[in-house]
Amino acid sequence: MSLTLPEGRTRASLLMAAPWLFFLALILLWELVCQVFSLPEYVLPAPTAIVDAFFKVEMSRWFTHLWATLRVALMGFAVSILVAIPIAIAMMRSEFLSRTLYPLLVVIQSTPVVAVAPLIIVLMGSDDPSRVLITCLLTFFPLVVSTATGINETPEELVELSRSLDAPLRRETWQIRIPYAIPHIFSGLRVAITLAIIGAVVAEFVAAEEGLGYFIQFSTSFFRIPQAFAGLFFLAVVSLLLFKSVQWTQQLFFPWSLPRKAR
Amino acid sequence: MTEPATNRSFVRLSGVGHRYDPTPGVPPAVTGIDLDIRRHEFVAVVGPSGCGKSTLLRMISGLLTPSEGEVSVFGMPVTGPRDDVGIVFQKPTLLPWLTVRKNVLFPLKHKFGRYGRDDEKRADELLAMAGLESFANKMPDELSGGMQQRVGIVRALLLNPDILLMDEPFSALDAMTREQIGFDLLKIWEENPKTVLFITHSIAEAVLLADRVLVMSKRPGTVLEVLDVDIPRPRTAHTISEPRFGQLTERLRKHIYEPDAA
Repeated sequence: MSLTLPEGRTRASLLMAAPWLFFLALILLWELVCQVFSLPEYVLPAPTAIVDAFFKVEMSRWFTHLWATLRVALMGFAVSILVAIPIAIAMMRSEFLSRTLYPLLVVIQSTPVVAVAPLIIVLMGSDDPSRVLITCLLTFFPLVVSTATGINETPEELVELSRSLDAPLRRETWQIRIPYAIPHIFSGLRVAITLAIIGAVVAEFVAAEEGLGYFIQFSTSFFRIPQAFAGLFFLAVVSLLLFKSVQWTQQLFFPWSLPRKAR
Repeated sequence: MTEPATNRSFVRLSGVGHRYDPTPGVPPAVTGIDLDIRRHEFVAVVGPSGCGKSTLLRMISGLLTPSEGEVSVFGMPVTGPRDDVGIVFQKPTLLPWLTVRKNVLFPLKHKFGRYGRDDEKRADELLAMAGLESFANKMPDELSGGMQQRVGIVRALLLNPDILLMDEPFSALDAMTREQIGFDLLKIWEENPKTVLFITHSIAEAVLLADRVLVMSKRPGTVLEVLDVDIPRPRTAHTISEPRFGQLTERLRKHIYEPDAA
């Protein structure tokens, strides 16, 4: 049997539908397995049970938890953009800075955040600032690396063009190097936004009284497994939407930075 | 020997050389280059890969300071980047986030931070001269490679430089486009006379375009011969089939394939 697709429009719509159909098939299979083997809910709840559990929780409660997680994730994301991009630019400008800072950044990146999180909470208390810091520790590094990579990949000819015009260094940075780094910055942002959600959840696991991560942990500890799954899926959808919003932002404001097919 | 600057020696290289690696025993990239380029002359440079052709170009542009000898333009020694020089690179290196017109205007925007209505008019005129007027508002990736390189040439002409330095500008193009853009360049050059230094790998291209061809040896790059191309202008596609064209390319080929014979 071969998986060749028909040509033309049918092919295009099939390609569009393929991931959704596959996803739907997986859910159906899951439901079927649960029904046929009558698995208990606390082992693996059926998709219908999960949907049921989702609607049993009041919407206002969902929004409270969602807002708690989203707030921390977005603040951490914003803070790391504001810190990482200027640091990357400064590191590109000065070899001294880059030699001094880079090892520290690698050490921070290779320390498991889950292990450091409790210490941060002890040090700074269990409020938003410490959670935002935990999130930043995760999102910061990919942003610095991608920005620095982009800035350094500026074609040598353009740097020479700038030098041959005897233009001020700040214009070389703003008119050539930073725009050239945009595609790289956005791939860093896509990684960072999903890490921001992970960071917020890690922080909630350590100490929190609201948030989707807290909700999942709390549901699990009371053996409300369908409810925990509902929280998990909600979190996954939120994370996916955030990832997509980064892509949409790039499409909307920097279409040139994408291959023609992806605009 | 200091001769007064004349139009006969608009760009003068006297004993110019450069070494990137000052370790004794490592040969310099180029050495002992003497050359006088007349105003509005078209000089092509050919030579094997790595013979320092680009180094030579960078020293004339002021991007690179020679470690021996001196480059002077109209009697003034070149000590740094100068704004009467336009550079065309091997790749078009247009900025992908700017339209074609804004790419052409980029040198002004970059040097002074702004440009005016008159500049926009000049950019449009230059684009029209290169046959690109209908592409002014397109993005660079909507253009073919040949068109992008023509935009690169137009960009280099914006500040109306006296000297146009071209570093293998057509080497990334296919053969047909390459021939066509060569004739386009001649047309542009005849309408806006410039002193051109044109680096190329192609012997035929050098003979077809230039007034004189400078042949460089392999590293360390020195001048093997400066050949006068005594084929009358305007040069056209027919030039290639003239016997004189064949004789001159043959003579240049000898340098490349039998470096000791010539």
